[in-house]
Amino acid sequence: MAEQTAISELDKRIIRILQRDFPLVAEPYKQMAEEAGVSVDDFVARVQAMREEKKIRKMGAVLRHREVGFKANVLAAWEVPAERLDAIAREMAKCPRVSHCYDRTTAPGWPYNLYTMIHGQSRKECEAIAVDLAEKTGASKPVMLYTKKEWKKTSMRYFME
Amino acid sequence: MMELTAFDKALLNLLQGSLPIGKLPFAKMAEELGTDEERVISRLRLLKDEGCLRRIGTFFDSNRLGYGGTLVALRVAEGKVASVAEAVNRYPGVTHNYEREGKFNLWFTLLTPNLETEKEILSEVEALPGVERLLNLKTTKKYKINVQFQLS
Repeated sequence: MAEQTAISELDKRIIRILQRDFPLVAEPYKQMAEEAGVSVDDFVARVQAMREEKKIRKMGAVLRHREVGFKANVLAAWEVPAERLDAIAREMAKCPRVSHCYDRTTAPGWPYNLYTMIHGQSRKECEAIAVDLAEKTGASKPVMLYTKKEWKKTSMRYFME
Repeated sequence: MMELTAFDKALLNLLQGSLPIGKLPFAKMAEELGTDEERVISRLRLLKDEGCLRRIGTFFDSNRLGYGGTLVALRVAEGKVASVAEAVNRYPGVTHNYEREGKFNLWFTLLTPNLETEKEILSEVEALPGVERLLNLKTTKKYKINVQFQLS
């Protein structure tokens, strides 16, 4: 698919190890390199290369937002004019309470072409953020798709097939 | 839920931004935070055990690894949501699956190594008992994809 470049068998092996829990030890890369059967220098060099090639988009952590105080979150679906989509999406992406901002294709009876994931301390705060985003961008009020139940939330495991 | 200390917040803010790539990543973070490696590691272990961290490590760009993704919205008949959700969860490429308010009540993300696999999975899902309608909402541009919360 899009932007595909060949991934070597070594990189696949490294990716399979990196996508597991990161070892919380003084020398995590040494531990992972041993599993991959390469030297720590080679392992680190491949990780740095994949970071530069943007195959790795981030090394770091994601917090459990409910635990750190953002108890409410909502997927807001917006219907915005096609010619203004890019400008509106860029503006919405600037908001620190928006974690994801994507355009998407529409479907018959489903005219929404822009999606934002909004996080707040409460449902009321999410509503206020959406109003604020609408005012800032001139977009009309979004459909607020609140979560009723989380059935699955996991990280992708690549190259396991 | 544990009360986060000022040190925890500084540590998590730093870690959300980046984890150093190198032989001693936690020693490097400790240096930036003005503490020692041992404190960084032990505190991170605790924060993880307490459930504050969803994941620590590497986040890949699925497109650049050759995978394609989509967001799928389903309208599922009442009383069938649980069975459909469980069936959808069995696909390893489904990473998020949420029941939501609105006329489309089940939403999931799907990553596949090629379009044929995606098509196959979506036709299997569409055929599940209770699925009344399926929308395949493809993205053309990701404006933001970064879950990061400044703690203060």
